[in-house]
Amino acid sequence: MENNNVKQEFTLRTTRIACAAALVLLTSACATGPNANPRDPLEPLNRSVYSFNDAVDRAVVKPVATAYRDVLPQPVRTGVSNFFANLQDAWSGVNNALQFKPRESVESFLRFGVNTVFGLAGLLDIATEMRIERHTEDFGQTLGYWGVGAGPYLVLPLLGPSTVRDTAALPVDAQGNLLSNVSDVPARNSATAVNLVDRRSRLLDASKMLDQVALDPYTFTRDAFLQRRRNQVYDGNPPDDEVQDDAQTDPTTK
Amino acid sequence: MKRRFFMLCWSLVTVLGAAVTLPALATDEAPDALIKRLTQDVLDTIEADKAVQAGDVARIMVLLDQKVMPYLNFQRMTASAVGPGWRQATPEQRTRLEAEFKTLLVRTYAGAMSQAKNLTVEVKPMRASQGDKEVIVRTLIKGRGDPVQLDYRLEQTPGVGAGWKIYNLNVLGVWLVDTYRSQFAQEINAKGIDGLIATLSERNKANAADNGKSAKG
Repeated sequence: MENNNVKQEFTLRTTRIACAAALVLLTSACATGPNANPRDPLEPLNRSVYSFNDAVDRAVVKPVATAYRDVLPQPVRTGVSNFFANLQDAWSGVNNALQFKPRESVESFLRFGVNTVFGLAGLLDIATEMRIERHTEDFGQTLGYWGVGAGPYLVLPLLGPSTVRDTAALPVDAQGNLLSNVSDVPARNSATAVNLVDRRSRLLDASKMLDQVALDPYTFTRDAFLQRRRNQVYDGNPPDDEVQDDAQTDPTTK
Repeated sequence: MKRRFFMLCWSLVTVLGAAVTLPALATDEAPDALIKRLTQDVLDTIEADKAVQAGDVARIMVLLDQKVMPYLNFQRMTASAVGPGWRQATPEQRTRLEAEFKTLLVRTYAGAMSQAKNLTVEVKPMRASQGDKEVIVRTLIKGRGDPVQLDYRLEQTPGVGAGWKIYNLNVLGVWLVDTYRSQFAQEINAKGIDGLIATLSERNKANAADNGKSAKG
């Protein structure tokens, strides 16, 4: 009972923080320069949060993730990734149900069941070996599925790229995460930390590539993130809205 | 008797149908068939070539030029990434832009080559109507982990038998050319076309030096 109260208070608090943050963001000066991207009206603010995140990443997160990758053998790291992905599968099952996708929902819960029972609490991904497909969905995608627009691009402190819609969905996703039901606070926090480090370690190659191929890492990340997110909402089949490029009207390129 | 007549009519229809569609097949390989053949061919080549797997940029360039470039409209990809600035660019500037952009893209995929093991392509059913000049072919690359979404935009080259060419590529929902459009526009607005060429060329040189270092170390 007491536990429940603590949890409710936590939800209330996170919701309040999220609302306050959204308010601050929306009232802060909007960028309306000549080159402003219509999907990124908060660019100046986003850029400063981006550099903050980048500094934190270079100073702390990346070194820790690199050590994690170098010290632990691959099977252990795969086990860790599987464990957290398994928890996500359960939440995906809920969100698939909320999106009226019965097959995907059943498969997600089936994955969760199989991996939890036969895969040592999710350390082994038996379900993939059994060819039960993963259908990752979060609450932001559920909102998007029911027609809630993504809203402006938003870079969150420490959490990275997001949109206004996905930020609003965050408290719900946090509740849906089975980890948040762990009552032991130190255990819960350690698990969250391990999850983050594990995720970062899998992105080491990608972030190195980003440094090499992006002319402006901020713009590259933004444009890739918004496309990818939209693609996820439409399950890999977004409506075609290709910008008519100049090449088509330019006879010399044919 | 009635039945036999029906059969005769049916075979006539089939033969006529085949006769109508055959010339089309003979001149152009269907875009989805082309993608399937091309992707599997490239995956097999990567798997058989140790240097490519190690991310050797020079080797990857050779592979790209031999196997992939004939099926790309790379000029259109570059023009589309550069945007309105392309019209003002001189032929020399265009050639340089294409070359630098190509090098940058090869770098993008060089690191991923080592992961290309035991992969297969699944081409999804294509939704296109007869006479479409531009189509999207959607595929999934399946390996050990979660399948990777890989989509292509293709255009039919004008002229008989010239075939289909790829002009944009989508990895995990992100269109390659579109991701560069804003960045290129930023550079052009700040420093002009020559500024963009200089930035690309510097970046490619830095990457080459960086790679040399990590290969030795």
